[in-house]
Amino acid sequence: MIPAIVRTAMVSLRRDRAALALSFILPVTFFTIFAVIFGGRRDTTPKITVIIVDEDHSDASQRLVQGLKQESSLVVKSRPEPVKGVEQPEYTAETAETAVKAGTAPVAVVIPRGFGQNPIAFGSPDADRPTIQLLEDSSDAVAPQMITGLLQKVVMTSMPDLMAEAGSKDFEEFAGGLTPEQRDRMNKGLRQLRERAQSGETNNTNQGLVALHAKVVVGENKNNPMVSFYAAAIGVMFLLFTASGAAGALLDEAESGTLDRVLSSHVTMTGLLLGKLIYNSLLAFAQLVLMFLWGWAVFRLDFWSHIPGFIVMGICTAVAVAAFGMLLASVCSTRAQLGAVSTLVILVMSAIGGSMFPRFLMPEAMQKAGLLTINAWAIDGFTKVFWRDEPLSHLWPQVLVLLAIAIVLFAIARRVARRWEFA
Amino acid sequence: MSSSVATASEPAPPLRITALVKRFGEVTAVDGISLDVRRGECLGLLGPNGAGKSTLIRSIVGRVIPDTGTISVFGAAADSTAARNGLGWVPQELALYPRLTCRENLEAFGRYHGLDGSSLGQAVQRCLEWATLTDRSGELVKNLSGGMKRRLNMAAGLIHQPRLMLMDEPTVGVDPQSRNHIFEMIEKLHAEGMSIIYTTHYMEEAERLCDRIAIVDHGKIIAQGRHAELVENAFGTRSQVLARFAGGDERIAAWVTARGGQMTDGLAIFSVDHPTEIAALLEGSAKAGLELIDVSLRRPNLESVFLHLTGRELRD
Repeated sequence: MIPAIVRTAMVSLRRDRAALALSFILPVTFFTIFAVIFGGRRDTTPKITVIIVDEDHSDASQRLVQGLKQESSLVVKSRPEPVKGVEQPEYTAETAETAVKAGTAPVAVVIPRGFGQNPIAFGSPDADRPTIQLLEDSSDAVAPQMITGLLQKVVMTSMPDLMAEAGSKDFEEFAGGLTPEQRDRMNKGLRQLRERAQSGETNNTNQGLVALHAKVVVGENKNNPMVSFYAAAIGVMFLLFTASGAAGALLDEAESGTLDRVLSSHVTMTGLLLGKLIYNSLLAFAQLVLMFLWGWAVFRLDFWSHIPGFIVMGICTAVAVAAFGMLLASVCSTRAQLGAVSTLVILVMSAIGGSMFPRFLMPEAMQKAGLLTINAWAIDGFTKVFWRDEPLSHLWPQVLVLLAIAIVLFAIARRVARRWEFA
Repeated sequence: MSSSVATASEPAPPLRITALVKRFGEVTAVDGISLDVRRGECLGLLGPNGAGKSTLIRSIVGRVIPDTGTISVFGAAADSTAARNGLGWVPQELALYPRLTCRENLEAFGRYHGLDGSSLGQAVQRCLEWATLTDRSGELVKNLSGGMKRRLNMAAGLIHQPRLMLMDEPTVGVDPQSRNHIFEMIEKLHAEGMSIIYTTHYMEEAERLCDRIAIVDHGKIIAQGRHAELVENAFGTRSQVLARFAGGDERIAAWVTARGGQMTDGLAIFSVDHPTEIAALLEGSAKAGLELIDVSLRRPNLESVFLHLTGRELRD
């Protein structure tokens, strides 16, 4: 009986173009949008635009501007875009402020007159000394912080001679002066630093105060790290929508009298629900396959070397979402009610379960709340497979939880479906 | 109400219902019905909407659990596998899959009844032929006309070759031509020896198709027998005079009631032993100052029986 129920549902779906589109095209479209926005095929993170106003035009200020321009993470603008091919005058402090207010850039750096006379500031700030001004757009919390840090770095890498000079002055002031020999060596060193700074050599060699060697330990060989996350995240969310929609066929059949006719044959309610669970699971699994294949074809997701993990997580996720759909359909009394309830529940689950926003970026309490959702466990499992390359044996928590969810939800759905069984 | 007990030598009847009661909250939908269906018989359940016919049918197919009473189908309990094999049900609703073709629908319901392979193929072909849908077998149900859907709905109930068919108002919403087609299908089935229960609130259908008729009202069988028996039991040899008067005042109703008649939809109905009594009625109405528009004489029908027994029309 169960294969007959699965077969009937599949033929019905094949003839329902709208349902097919909702089941397969819509999820892939959304996945593509998210993948392009957050993980796409770009090799770099978005650059930050910064406006530079050099009021000083000194050697030091020009070296600072040059250093900032060489930063790969910044787009440095010293003047507005040409209007109808006409070059615009350089930004002033006032026009830069206006530009930040207008959203042209999230931050502007104003180097004041006199900066070059004493650019390096060790110790406590000097009230008389001209200081660099940062004009920020408070809606962007990241860009000003990044510029502040980069300014410190650029000063160190593009003006090492000036830093050393300022340091030696302070040393002489606090330590009681240098011997003639020491002073000669110091001047020689400063000359070399100045020459290297002017040739631009230091920018690439000096890494800062602490020597660093960064080694990528997770995702070293990944073509596109966020794609696997969004394939799972968006996939699960749409799986939930599709599963609840597909399970809604039960409501249609109850309303049309088909359910009564089916139950008057050899088919029992348990058999019918199991048949629908299997069909919904197959549908969900097919959606996941399509989603990840699309990720492989378009976003170079490493799909083929993760087949066993994908199958394990795919099946567990598919069964869990199918059971979820069955429960929603059995609880609701009409299609309209199912539509409203499923939209509300699925959006909430997807929001806290990490389908819309990665859970690791959420507050701790939200991360814990997310564990109550199918989304979180499914995404965690897929992340283990595709991102962390963990072996199958490490998937047991996700597998156990998802299967437990499936069993519990199906059992409740079966209990609730008794209302259709007999009058 | 006839209820017989099957003995060892006597095969169990297709259907035996004993003292069946089903309540939905405060409403008693079936109120102590006892009924037998004989082999090869077409029994009509005639009654207005809400009389309890569908609840009775749904109890027989095991979709409603009665509060008290028993139902046996060929001697087996109503919800047993043997009963399910023996029963074919045509629900009032179009219980079909709209996105499946005629053939696919029949195949699906055949499989649900345990058919497969060549037996399924033969059953599907037989049902398509019976419903004269062979040339539309590949058509999606949603694209069929109302009459074709009704015929397929009936064919789906016959797919597993039951011996007792329950047809719950199978002509609802069907045009006269398609209705006639459906009657012919049922008559063919009946001629082949199928036992049938046919529920309807159209007396013409019951008169044409049914060997025996049980009149159901408020969950009870208020009369049963052959058409002629029901009429004779209610009216004997009496005929009915139907008269329509001008105006609609209470004076007409009072006069009709005083002469032993009944008013229904502005129509005065009198029972008369002999057609010559019409003259007396005409004379009486003239003396009462009533203006007669139309008068006719007819033999009582099932509608008359129902009105006689309940004081209401069948389609109230």
